Amino acid sequence: MINRILSRFHGGVHLPDRKSLTAGQPVRKAHLPDRLYLPLHQHIGASAEPVVAVGDSVLKGQMIAHACGYVSAPVHASSSGKVIAIEDHAIPHPSGASASCIVIETDGEDRWIERSGAEDYLNMDHSHLRNLIRNAGIVGLGGAGFPSFIKLNPGPDYQIDTLILNGAECEPFITCDDLLMRTHPEEIISGIKILRYALKAKHVVIAVEDNKPEAYQSLKGQLHNEDIEVVQVPTLYPVGGEKQLIQVITGKEVPHDGLPLNIGIVIQNVSTAAAVHRAVNEGTPLVSRYVTVTGGGVTQPRNLEVLFGTPVNELLEQCGGTNMAMSRLVMGGPMMGFELHQHNVPVIKTTNCILAATDHDLSPEQPMMPCIRCGSCADACPVSLLPQQLYWFARSKEFDKAQNINLFDCIECGCCSYVCPSHIPLVHYFRFSKTEIAAKEREQEKADQARARHEARQARLDREKAERAARLASKKAALAAKKARSDRASGGVSDDKKAAIKAAIERAKAKKAAKKQAGTEPEAEKNRAVSERKRAEMKAAIEQAKVKKMARKQAESGHERGVSEQKKAEMRAAIARAKAKKAEKKNDGI
Amino acid sequence: MLTAIITLGVLAIIFGLLLGFAAVRFKVEGDPIVDQIDKLLPQTQCGQCGFPGCRPYAQAIANNEADINQCPPGGEDTIISLAELLNREVKPLNAEMGEVKPPMLAVIDEEACIGCTLCIQACPVDAILGAAKQMHTVIESECTGCELCVEPCPVDCIRMVEVETDYLQWKWPDPEADGEMRP
Ligand code: SF4
Ligand code: SF4
Ligand code: SF4
Repeated sequence: MINRILSRFHGGVHLPDRKSLTAGQPVRKAHLPDRLYLPLHQHIGASAEPVVAVGDSVLKGQMIAHACGYVSAPVHASSSGKVIAIEDHAIPHPSGASASCIVIETDGEDRWIERSGAEDYLNMDHSHLRNLIRNAGIVGLGGAGFPSFIKLNPGPDYQIDTLILNGAECEPFITCDDLLMRTHPEEIISGIKILRYALKAKHVVIAVEDNKPEAYQSLKGQLHNEDIEVVQVPTLYPVGGEKQLIQVITGKEVPHDGLPLNIGIVIQNVSTAAAVHRAVNEGTPLVSRYVTVTGGGVTQPRNLEVLFGTPVNELLEQCGGTNMAMSRLVMGGPMMGFELHQHNVPVIKTTNCILAATDHDLSPEQPMMPCIRCGSCADACPVSLLPQQLYWFARSKEFDKAQNINLFDCIECGCCSYVCPSHIPLVHYFRFSKTEIAAKEREQEKADQARARHEARQARLDREKAERAARLASKKAALAAKKARSDRASGGVSDDKKAAIKAAIERAKAKKAAKKQAGTEPEAEKNRAVSERKRAEMKAAIEQAKVKKMARKQAESGHERGVSEQKKAEMRAAIARAKAKKAEKKNDGI
Repeated sequence: MLTAIITLGVLAIIFGLLLGFAAVRFKVEGDPIVDQIDKLLPQTQCGQCGFPGCRPYAQAIANNEADINQCPPGGEDTIISLAELLNREVKPLNAEMGEVKPPMLAVIDEEACIGCTLCIQACPVDAILGAAKQMHTVIESECTGCELCVEPCPVDCIRMVEVETDYLQWKWPDPEADGEMRP
């Protein structure tokens, strides 16, 4: 096999790796806790929905909440026992919030549900295979928690050139992937074969940082003549970042608003591959993982195999408890992890590390000094952003400008904060900006929705008014038509003529009256007659205008019923007129 | 001399036509200012600004009949963005119109509701469901929290509650929010 020529990514930092704290310790199974707290939302996407009720007995591996929508993942009972509650419980989240969890009281038997592996996945339909993986609740175990089956469905438009297995594990302190690669390389390789089959990937590369020679050797030792490369990548934080690793392995850059898929690449974590193997070949859903419990704050740091839902404080106890030196408890690593406010939060699918950090492990926040525009942050940024610029925009709350210089490309790796000589917590500013922008977008969406609904209501009210008016008009027209008919029947004359006659009579009457009163008060009388006529004219004009306006409104609102009703009324009136004319002619003829 | 004048004249005409054509062809369809203002208003449609809804207020601002600091639901953010759009001074919210409150949501006590439909008629965004003599209810996602339905209810069964935000809407705190002077 030819040696792959590796590229490098922009920036990055060399960090003291602190992995020796746990890398030499064998993995132990964590004790079965009395209670498991299983959050319904442990992944990217929609929350799962419970399919069990309080009081139900469950077996280990039984699905207790099903995926809700496409981007979602089911949750399985991680041990046997009884569901005692479905309620809010503290979850691992930077907000320190609580969210809905299924609480299981374990029965100590840890009894599995019946499982059976697929006979031969090579003869399995691809969508069936993806479903198996989906139903096993598998999500990206590297930290992001994106449902894995989705990445296995590139669609007909994409050819997968390279499948990359991420075994870089570049963040300090964390060794869970390292231990898995060392202890269960066969599971990883077996899972990789399934992934390769599902993706029809041409090349497969496993990437391991060169500070983990044992893992590298162990994987190599598993390979015989499979066409799978194991590559050692130079240790440089954050080489384990998806886009960074792709660049190192393939030399290709993922477009800034694109996915690895767009350049024919799929990347999965090595632990995810092992989980896929267990799901497909054994029928075992995802119920546990390796977790590194480490830091100077814990007495016996080591890796544990932990059932999801196990409270973090129990793990700390099993590692000899915490000591006085612990200043912060962090979930994840020192660079990208977040502080836990409560120690009873459960381990979830994306938990790779519990760091009981001392001030030595994680230097306390130092007083911030003014930015000296040294540019170190930009040099360190693996995404080639301008952290210093972003920082100014975040401070002045000009979030749109920050967005314009690609704030959302920031992977929150913390390199910029790490190198900043002024101790500016740059990443914190960027996280803050991102959530502010997201909140603004939500508000805008809500406002747009409210505007649309308000306008729709306004339109409805107008329409209803127009409809009422149209109904009235059509009634009037019908009345007129009826009258015309009855007039014709009695051999009467048309409305027009009648009106004319009436007017003539009126005029005559008025004249007569005027003549009669000429002596008394001719001016006043004349004025009255004039004003009366004017009023009548005005009324007629208003009436006409009203009808016109109504017609226009209906035309505008385009409401068919209104329009057709108006038309009908007009038609009826026209028919009536025609009939009346005919009748008139007949009368004339006689 | 004459040829020169004629040539220049013809040229002038040609360029004139060209410019005229370009002006028509490449005309920039600017958002009418009222639309732009309306876009910045929160669309709560509560009328606290003294106008019957956000759009009328936008119209009034455009006509210089109202100031930019009259919308309590929008608060400071709205005032700032209006000031930016219209090139005006930022000023504090006019306290006469009300005060900034956290987002609210109307809740109907369905036991007490007599189905009079008065609230439906008051709701500016048709967020209340119900029919005559039937129990009414608020569509949470559509309610703007304008409070217009509270007053008309003859049995006082509508309450305003604060909108609960779950952790997915949680925001990282402003690093400078602690009031500490930053360099
Ligand atoms: S590293 Fe710190 S001081 Fe230097 S330019 Fe960036 S923010 Fe400013
Ligand atoms: S945290 Fe963001 S801005 Fe800072 S170095 Fe990492 S990617 Fe760049
Ligand atoms: S106060 Fe604000 S939200 Fe309420 S109607 Fe006026 S502009 Fe709209």
